[in-house]
Amino acid sequence: MRGAKSAKWVVGAAVVALAATACGSGGSSDAGGSNDGIVRAWWGDPQNPLEPANTNEVQGGKVLDMIFMDLKEYDPTTGKANLEAAQSITTNDQQNFTVKLKPGLKFSDGTPVTASSFVDAWNYGALLTNKQLNAYFFEDIAGYDQVHPATGAPTAKTMSGLKVVDNGTFTVKLTQKFSTWPDRLGYKAFAPLPKSFFTDHAGYLDKPVGDGPYKVVSYDKGSSMKLVPNPYYTGPSKPKNKGVLLKVYTDSNTAYADLQAGNLDVLDDIPAEQLSHAKSDLDGRLLNQPAGIIQTVSFPLNQKAWNAPGMDKVRLGLSMAIDRKTITQKIFQGTRTPAGDLTSPVLGAAGGYSATIAGDSVTYNPTKARELIKEGGGIPGGHMTIGYNADSGSHKEWVDAVCNSINNVLGNNKACVGAPTGTFADFRNQITKGEMTNPFRSGWQMDYPLIDDFLTPLYATGGSSNDSHYSNPQFDALLKQANAEPDTAKATELYQQAEKLLFKDMPVIPLWYQNGEAGWSSRVSHVTENAFSYPVYTDITVNN
Amino acid sequence: MGRYVIRRLLQMVPVFIGTTFLIFVMVYALGDPVAAMFGDKAPDPATAAQIRHAMYLDHSLPAQYVHYMKQIFTGDFGTSASGQPVTQLMGSAFPVTIRLTLVAFVIEAVAGVGLGLIAGLRRGRLADSGVLAFTLIVVAVPTFVTGYVLQYFLGVKWHVANPAVAEGAPIGDLIMPGVVLAGVSLAYVARLTRTSVAENSRADYLRTAVAKGLPRRRVVTVHLLRNSLIPVVTFLGTDIGGLMAGAVVTERIFNIHGVGYQLYQGILRQNPPTVVGFVTILVIIFLAANLIVDLLYAVLDPRIRYA
Repeated sequence: MRGAKSAKWVVGAAVVALAATACGSGGSSDAGGSNDGIVRAWWGDPQNPLEPANTNEVQGGKVLDMIFMDLKEYDPTTGKANLEAAQSITTNDQQNFTVKLKPGLKFSDGTPVTASSFVDAWNYGALLTNKQLNAYFFEDIAGYDQVHPATGAPTAKTMSGLKVVDNGTFTVKLTQKFSTWPDRLGYKAFAPLPKSFFTDHAGYLDKPVGDGPYKVVSYDKGSSMKLVPNPYYTGPSKPKNKGVLLKVYTDSNTAYADLQAGNLDVLDDIPAEQLSHAKSDLDGRLLNQPAGIIQTVSFPLNQKAWNAPGMDKVRLGLSMAIDRKTITQKIFQGTRTPAGDLTSPVLGAAGGYSATIAGDSVTYNPTKARELIKEGGGIPGGHMTIGYNADSGSHKEWVDAVCNSINNVLGNNKACVGAPTGTFADFRNQITKGEMTNPFRSGWQMDYPLIDDFLTPLYATGGSSNDSHYSNPQFDALLKQANAEPDTAKATELYQQAEKLLFKDMPVIPLWYQNGEAGWSSRVSHVTENAFSYPVYTDITVNN
Repeated sequence: MGRYVIRRLLQMVPVFIGTTFLIFVMVYALGDPVAAMFGDKAPDPATAAQIRHAMYLDHSLPAQYVHYMKQIFTGDFGTSASGQPVTQLMGSAFPVTIRLTLVAFVIEAVAGVGLGLIAGLRRGRLADSGVLAFTLIVVAVPTFVTGYVLQYFLGVKWHVANPAVAEGAPIGDLIMPGVVLAGVSLAYVARLTRTSVAENSRADYLRTAVAKGLPRRRVVTVHLLRNSLIPVVTFLGTDIGGLMAGAVVTERIFNIHGVGYQLYQGILRQNPPTVVGFVTILVIIFLAANLIVDLLYAVLDPRIRYA
């Protein structure tokens, strides 16, 4: 009897204590069969809501790439910016541009793409109170200061530099001459937005609508997204499959197991520990090519010790003391490519990439390195550290290897050691505040495949990501000249001239380009990656 | 006993406030969530300030805590990094994790008590040594090793089970992760039961039961097992919380979009509302499980009474 009575109390207590934790149940949808022509692809949960001007990382970017067509799009193989949604982009003075749209373009909900679809989207992206992470992409447009002041509230809602002429035409006025500006328009922050984005924002985020090759059919946040070809799409990259199912995985090792088991078709995040045997596991269905990401070691040039006369020789010597080839092979299993310049191979030769432009300054040469460091007066204080964040990306291994390489050259075991910082946020904070007194790791992932994007933000005086605080009037002048040059080929040449200065001054040591990898199942073929290291989903075909 | 329950529920309040405050401070002291949003790039100061303001980060830490607790009591747990309400994440994550925990719990309780009973009744014989060796191995091998090994052999090599749990986490897919998750606790349960059974089988009341001529099945289940289960129930009860926390590793290995996965994402993206929200709920579950265990004693052992 007592037992029964007590049990009642147990139930009572349980009900009271758990009253707050009542929960609903999750839904489920079909996982994609074997004969439906749908590509099942790996996906990571996007970090931000899927708004074009608010997506600055790969997983969200991937989707935007599939569902939006910009004024220009980058060719997946050459990286060249071709006109797509735009019929023409013309200018007489490199500062005022007239954009004409192709007629008859439509969003996947059937509404037309007009000049105001672009202008409204850009104004939304730039407006400070919308808190868009990519707002700075619009900073070249006249009137940006009013909608996005450095301090205080915005004084205008729209940028004065954007004017709608008619349904299919709008004009853009920039703050200064900038001949290659139209080539930036392939970045997804410049995507057009449908009316529903502004009228039903929550609805839009649940099921984004764009004008690209694919349309979203269902989006289960945090687990999957199903896309099918957009019936209204008239652009050149019509999908060659019946759709794509993006599946979020908790861990890429799990995804790799699922790929081997045949439950997944495309995986573009092969875990590092699987790379050594991935080629044989997948019968050669593996791709490994440089991406638009370069890794460097930055010198704190705001510190006198590293900026004194003669230190340029030490910085150059340190660069020549690093055995890039061995490190990329041994530590990274060939998933990094030793850098030959400060851009990326995805630009292509026409876009400004050159494997030889840095010349000897990035070639391993112990004797020369030792001489240069000695001539320049040696490492400040005889000892240096390389700073890195310890919370992600296994930086410890390569930083130790780089230091080892330097130490071997100098014959001094204590010349260089790694200096970990606990979290990435803390690490970045120290850098942006200019508190670094020793070299530190840095990396740059391009926004668009243009040489300008690898130089201006990083090395121009006061550039937004100029972490090394480099400043060279000659460099700045060359950039300005390049921006005003109407001929793209000539402009690229001027950018390269500016880049050459960097190998003399060595504000950063170029290390290597990060590669993009992708593995796929025997169920699909024609898997390639574009300049942003996204798989080119539209080209993938499903075998029967 | 009613007063006891009420007292225990009241005692939960300070524990709840204390733990949430500690977690809150730890998460917020971890780093700057806004800087992390911008990746390798330097954040645009004006945009960063706007986001800080929207996330209430431009106030002092105690003010943030009070603000957060106020929100919680109105049912608003804030939003995750991707702009989803945290309550929505909980709604999808907790049922999955609870299902996984239940699968693991059943495996742990049934297999653990079963093995322990066999070992305890056959002390010193082959079965006993076998269980001993088995539990030693299970305790010695870390969860992620068993996880990846089972995943590779059962999932990739032999195609017995799916290596990754499909969307919606069907029960069939959860059995392998459940075994992995239950593994270590199962070993403890088996050993606890064995010791307890071994001890009680020499007790006077058991000899009396046998002497009375009761059938062996009744002696074992009602007299021996019921009395031997008290320490095991304590362990099982507190282990519910442990299983949910241990799910962080298991969920990641087997692609289960549950509490562990959301917590991991929250920490990775330095999103305080996600982390604090989920941990808060876990704290409540832990407290409730403890209370239920204490009350269960009275059910199992009439000598224990609460006033």
